[in-house]
Amino acid sequence: MKHLPAVAPTPSLRDSARNRTAVGVRTLFTWLLLLGIMSPVVTTWAADAGRGRQLYEQRCSACHSMDQNRVGPMHRGVFGRKVGSAAGYDYSAALAHGKIVWDERMLDAWLSDPEKLIPGQRMGYSVPNAADRADLIAYLRTESGK
Amino acid sequence: MLIKTEETIVAPRRNFLGKGGAVLSAAAVGILAGNATLVRAADNPAGDVATLNVALGLEHEAIGAYQLGAESGLLQKAVLDVAVAFQGHHKGHRDALMATIEKLGGKPVKAKSLDEYAKALGAGGLKSQADVLELAARLELGATNAYLGVIPSFADKGLAKVAARLAADETMHWTILSNAMGKSLPANALSFGA
Repeated sequence: MKHLPAVAPTPSLRDSARNRTAVGVRTLFTWLLLLGIMSPVVTTWAADAGRGRQLYEQRCSACHSMDQNRVGPMHRGVFGRKVGSAAGYDYSAALAHGKIVWDERMLDAWLSDPEKLIPGQRMGYSVPNAADRADLIAYLRTESGK
Repeated sequence: MLIKTEETIVAPRRNFLGKGGAVLSAAAVGILAGNATLVRAADNPAGDVATLNVALGLEHEAIGAYQLGAESGLLQKAVLDVAVAFQGHHKGHRDALMATIEKLGGKPVKAKSLDEYAKALGAGGLKSQADVLELAARLELGATNAYLGVIPSFADKGLAKVAARLAADETMHWTILSNAMGKSLPANALSFGA
């Protein structure tokens, strides 16, 4: 049985490819840097409501559902709703007397650190990853018809 | 497969019940109350109490869910026995959590009525044993992920360990239920609490 000879690029070809890659990376880095400087808000991912639904099932559905108050309040319509206003849910005093409205920024702050946003609340769960939060918020927004 | 697991699960339950039903809760309370770090949490326990009360709410709901399943008339005897065993575990969790919340100066949340749990969990749609198992597995998986998720939020490391132990029980329940439904194992490692 014949063995095919191993074909390796010559040193000069390898060097050339490495140089091209290095230039490409530098160019890409420069563009990203420029975008970062020029744009006040850099969004490095597109929020994915579909992935948000999966995350919701994995992480939120122990306590929450869209249409029923359980351990936590129902979530349909939460986007654009005033804090502590899901009908029939027994909120903590901290949320019941809250003034904020759940928009993208507030939901992101809430999921990032609920206690920091509203001291005295009851949710001991947070979502440390920003991309996960964005996807969850996109899902909640979709389910709220917004 | 579920009948086989009954040999390992129901026997301890009978032992437990045979000792008057208070053994598990007393032991569980001892585990919590005897933890040295628990004393330190007394300095500022409000956050931990709030988290423990959310956990207690989950346990109340799980007890209600298994009660609804048991009363549905949809479960075969062997499955019913395992469901009752799992409900017993959740009652043990409930008792331990209530005692700990009170020890920390908090007020344990009360259970809702069975009708309220039936509505919240959509029990009216349960038409078969498979439906009941599916609901139970979903709740157990949710509880597993919830307990794993709140571990970092506890100020008291002893309570974080308790949350991990609760998660272990719920994972065991989920595994048995999934196996009974013929579901395959998770394809990837680290699937819980992700």
